[in-house]
Amino acid sequence: MNVTRPFTRRKLLAAGLLLLLLIFLATFPFYGLPSYYTVLVMTFFMFGILAVSWAMFSGATGYMSLAPAAFFGIGIYTTTILYSLLKVRVFSVLPVDALQPAVNAFLIGAVVAGGLVSFVLALLLGLVTLRLKGIYFAIFTFGLVVFISELILFLEIHITGTRGRTLILPGTGAPLCSNTTIYYIMLGILVATLLAIYFIRRSKLGLAMQSIGGNEEGAEHMGVNTTRVKVITFAISAIFMGAAGAIMAAKLIYIDPIIAFNLNYSFLPVLMAIFGGMGQLYGPVIGAVIFAYIQRILMTEFPKYYMLIFGIILILAILYMPGGLVGLVPKLQKVRLLSKLWKGGGAEQRANT
Amino acid sequence: MIDTTLRIVIYGLLTGGIYALIAMGLSLQYGVARVLNIAHGEFIMLGAMLTWALHTGFKMNPLLSLAVSGPLLFVIGFLIHRTLFKSLRTRAPSVAAFEGNSLLAAFGLLFAIQSIATLIWTANTRTYTYLNIGVEFAGTVYTVNRLVALAVAVAASVVFYLFVTRSRLGKAIRAAAQDPATAGLMGVNIDMVLAICFGLGAFLAGLAGLLISMYNALSTTIGLNYTVIALIVIVLGGLGSIPGSLIGGFILGIIGSIIIIRGDPSLSVVVYYGIFLILILVRPAGILGKK
Repeated sequence: MNVTRPFTRRKLLAAGLLLLLLIFLATFPFYGLPSYYTVLVMTFFMFGILAVSWAMFSGATGYMSLAPAAFFGIGIYTTTILYSLLKVRVFSVLPVDALQPAVNAFLIGAVVAGGLVSFVLALLLGLVTLRLKGIYFAIFTFGLVVFISELILFLEIHITGTRGRTLILPGTGAPLCSNTTIYYIMLGILVATLLAIYFIRRSKLGLAMQSIGGNEEGAEHMGVNTTRVKVITFAISAIFMGAAGAIMAAKLIYIDPIIAFNLNYSFLPVLMAIFGGMGQLYGPVIGAVIFAYIQRILMTEFPKYYMLIFGIILILAILYMPGGLVGLVPKLQKVRLLSKLWKGGGAEQRANT
Repeated sequence: MIDTTLRIVIYGLLTGGIYALIAMGLSLQYGVARVLNIAHGEFIMLGAMLTWALHTGFKMNPLLSLAVSGPLLFVIGFLIHRTLFKSLRTRAPSVAAFEGNSLLAAFGLLFAIQSIATLIWTANTRTYTYLNIGVEFAGTVYTVNRLVALAVAVAASVVFYLFVTRSRLGKAIRAAAQDPATAGLMGVNIDMVLAICFGLGAFLAGLAGLLISMYNALSTTIGLNYTVIALIVIVLGGLGSIPGSLIGGFILGIIGSIIIIRGDPSLSVVVYYGIFLILILVRPAGILGKK
C-alpha cells in the first residue's frame, strides 16, 4: 500500500495519465459521436460508482453487502418523490426558458439528497445489522432489497392507488434533462467516489478496515472500535450508491419498484468488483467497464442467454480469479521476473495482496 | 369463527408440510456442507417442471415420476458439489470466506439454472391436473392432491429423520456437521459425505417441487420465493434440526394461511420478507436452535 520515495516519478506519471484520461472523458460528449456512446460511457460511470463504493466497504472488511440495489433504488425514489412534490407547485408555473436550468439545479440537489437519505438509512441499518456475522449480513441485505421493493409496491397499489411514476417535464413531456447532463453529473459522482476511496484507504479508517478484513477479533483487541468503523464506512459507501440512483432516475423516466430495486444492481457491482479485482483502486472500475460493455452486447444480441452467461462468469470468476484481473498482473510479472531473473524484486507484488 | 380458525389451521398444515420438506434440504446443505444455497429454490423449480414435463409428455404419474427426477437431481447436486463447492472449500482460507464465496457461487447457479430452464420450457405458466377431487370437511372443500402432498411430505420427513439418526451414513453426516476435521480423522470421507448431502438436498428439493406441481401453477421463476421460505423456516426451526424444520414449517404455514384467509394475499410476500429480516436480526441461530 505505502508508496515510498523511489516511486515518486512513477506516481507523477500515473497522475499525469489520469489527468489526461479525465480531460478526455470531460470532453467526450463534444466529439460528435452518436449519443449512444455518451449513454454507454455514462453506464460505465454508473457501474463504476456502484462497484467502487461496494469495494470501499465490502472489499476491505470482507462483509459481503448485497444492499447496493437498496441504496441505488432509494436514490431513484428520492428524485422521483421530490420531483412529484415540486412538479405542480414549482416547475409547472415557471416560465419556459427558466424551466431547464431550474430542473438541472433540482437534479443536482436531488443527487445530494439521494446521497444523504442513503447515508442516513445505511447508518441506521449498519447499527442494527453489522453485529451480524458474515453470511447472515449477506442474506439480510439481500432480503432487504426485495422487502423494500415489495413494500413500496404494496403501498403504491393499496394506498396511493397507482403503480409506477413517470419523470417528465411539465408541458412538453420531454425527459428531465439531456443525456449529456446526466453524463456530467455521473462523471462528477464517479470522481468523488474515487477520491473518497483513495483518501479512506490512506487514512486510519482504511487501515482499521483492512485489519477487520484480516482478523476482526484481532483488530478489536488492538483497540479498533470495529462496529464504529464498519458502520461509518458502510454509510459512506451508501452515499455514492444513492447519488448514482438519484441521477439515474432522470435517465429511466419510468420508475416502479421492480425497476428501481432490481437485484441486478446488487449482483453486478459485486461481480464487477470481484472480476476487476479489489487489490487495486482501479480494479473495480476496470471490471465495471468490461462488464457493462459485455452486458450491453449480450442484452442486445443474445437477451435469452444473458442471465446464463452472467451466472457462468460469476461462478468462474469466483473459482479461478480470486484476485480478479488486477490480481493477475503480479502473477504475470512473476512469470516475467522468473524468466529474466531480475534482481530481487518481489516487494512490489506483495504490496497488492 | 371456529370454522375460520379450523380452516386456517388446516391450510397451515397443508402448506406447512411442504415448507418443512423444502427447509430440510437447505438445512442439510447449509448445516453440513456450509453452502447457503440460494439456488435451492431452483432445484424445487426443476423438480416441478420435470414432473410437469413427464406428466404431459409421457403421461407419467406425478408421484411415480420421482423415480426419474429424484436420481437426476441427486446426481446434479452431487456433481455440482464435487466440481464447484469442493474446490472452493479446499481453497478457502477460513470457513467464513468459504461461506461468502459459496453464497456468491450459488447466486451464479441460480441465474444459470433458471435461464437454462427458461430456455428449455420458456417463461410460460404451466399447470396440469392430478387428483383434483374435492373432499368436504367442516364446511370447506379441500382437494385430494393437497392431502396427498401433505402425506408424502410428512412421510418423507420421517424417513429422512430415520435415515439421519439411524443409518451409518446418517451418522457420518452428523459427524461431518459437528466437526469435519475430526470426522475426517475418524475415517469419514468428508468430500464424499458433503457431496452426498448436497445431492440429498437437491433430491428433497425435487420431491418438494413434485408435490407443489400437483396443486400449484408453475413457471421457471418460482424458485427464489421458495428459497426465502426455506430460509425463514430454517431460522425459525433452528439450523440442522429436522424436528425444528417440521415445527418451523407448520408455524410459517399457519402464518401464511392467516394472511391469506384473514388479511390480504398480496401482503404475503412483504410479510414473509419482513419476518425473515426480523428473525435474522433477533435470532440468527433460530428460535428452536442451539446457539
